[in-house]
Amino acid sequence: MTALVISEHNNDELKPVTLNTVTAAKQLDEDVHVLVAGKDCASVAEASSKIEGVTKVLLIDSEEYEHFLAENIATLVAKIAAEYNFILAPTTTSGKNFMPRVAALLDVSQISDICAVESPDTFQRPIYAGNCIATVKTTDEKKVITVRTTAFDATSAETGSADIVTMEEVHDSGISEFIKEEIAQSDRPELTAADVIISGGRGMQNGENFSLLEGIADKLGAAIGASRAAVDSGFVPNDYQVGQTGKIVAPNLYIAVGISGAIQHLAGMKDSKVIVAINKDEDAPIFQVADYGLVGDLFDVVPELEGKI
Amino acid sequence: MKILIPIKRVVDYNVKVRPMSDESGVDLNNVKMAINPFCEIAVEEAVRLKEAGAAEEIISVTIGTSASQEQLRTSLALGADRAILVESDTELEPLGIAKLLKAVVEKESPDLIIMGKQAIDGDNNQTGQKLAALLGYPQATFASDLSIADGKAVVTREVDGGLQTVSVNLPAIVTTDLRLNEPRYASLPNIMKAKSKPLDVMPASDFGLDIAPRISTLKVSLPPEREAGVIVESVDELIDKLKNEAKVIS
Repeated sequence: MTALVISEHNNDELKPVTLNTVTAAKQLDEDVHVLVAGKDCASVAEASSKIEGVTKVLLIDSEEYEHFLAENIATLVAKIAAEYNFILAPTTTSGKNFMPRVAALLDVSQISDICAVESPDTFQRPIYAGNCIATVKTTDEKKVITVRTTAFDATSAETGSADIVTMEEVHDSGISEFIKEEIAQSDRPELTAADVIISGGRGMQNGENFSLLEGIADKLGAAIGASRAAVDSGFVPNDYQVGQTGKIVAPNLYIAVGISGAIQHLAGMKDSKVIVAINKDEDAPIFQVADYGLVGDLFDVVPELEGKI
Repeated sequence: MKILIPIKRVVDYNVKVRPMSDESGVDLNNVKMAINPFCEIAVEEAVRLKEAGAAEEIISVTIGTSASQEQLRTSLALGADRAILVESDTELEPLGIAKLLKAVVEKESPDLIIMGKQAIDGDNNQTGQKLAALLGYPQATFASDLSIADGKAVVTREVDGGLQTVSVNLPAIVTTDLRLNEPRYASLPNIMKAKSKPLDVMPASDFGLDIAPRISTLKVSLPPEREAGVIVESVDELIDKLKNEAKVIS
């Protein structure tokens, strides 16, 4: 039997989180296939075929899948799943949306957000906002799994040469409809794939001040993130949020600026390799997880850092 | 319109839980319990719809032990009209819970089901989607805005890249994200009133469904601890450390 990875993409480009998900899949099964479902997404299938170790790419190009509506995608995946032992997707808002629906259609207990594979039926996953790690074993024959992508390295996307097989499968539920999307356009790397992240918190005081972080982000090629407090206060949009209910990140360098370090924020970034905290409150909990802490006023420190970096 | 709000009793979000010393599970002795924060948002949204005249009846439901009556009473104090406890002494998985909720939906025929996107104990983020699948209903997960018109719910969803708006035919399942609303506090008169609102208890075993767990927890342990770091005195020292010690910038 084989593992199937549901690729994440925007109909044009393959999202890097797919590569980490393939790594998890390869720990479960030698044979890994990738499903590319979408509209006018041949370029995504092309990119997927180059992922090292992937043996087949299934391409399903049809307008019902353009916006990845859970009702349509889940029906499609559940049908294709008959041939597979493992069905995996990244723990993104997309994977979180349709995978439990797939699992229920297959009468399977999904294993959410795995951070390690111990054996083909035993996994580790964070619970209680990452305060504990549970080792869980499933008796389901088919395994439906979402993958914490920061816990697995990315597979190379250059050396593979999988066959692309085009399939026709139309599943339009007719009960849900896409209306619109407001997707942030940015030249910066995506938060979940960035090597360096600089994040602002409530200490930034307002949205305009986030521009202070841009200079450093430009110099380091960093993505810009935010704490829940900064998003709830309306400083920046929701897609900036790092934390238990936002994005889980693990860059090489995470710079937390004016972030106190609430549990739910730490849950989203404490697996970063190196953490820097800049905060004027020396008792802020963020300093307990930071490798390097600098106690000071961010409005002095950030411009100085930008100038000297 | 009739709204069903499935809720869950969980450890209070302020509590930092720890594994038991034998790593057999999470230590929940003498820990403060509360209604799951995302479920609270679901209750609030239902109450607002009723206050706006868009809904006539709100029913809260939970699957859990007898102690969960406490959280159902909270939901009644916040504005639910009646409550149902499907009583189970064993811990159930999202799949089993979704199966029981499906049976409750079939009995009550709500037009809209609003529930939390995830419980902050297991962090599974599955039950709403699974319930939708079992019922063949559409789903709108991670909602930050909800409006009802012409037999449809128009929902703005928080997605990784920003926001997505979908329209789903009713009956539908909506799961709440943080910014859908800010839940109110229950007033004392409403807490008193909630005590006399109807709360039905039915044993989970009466439903005759396959809700046996498929997943066993072998171990619960602490995540790897981060080593304590250092406080640097200046920006120059910070840059030096990042360049020469951590080697993360050049």
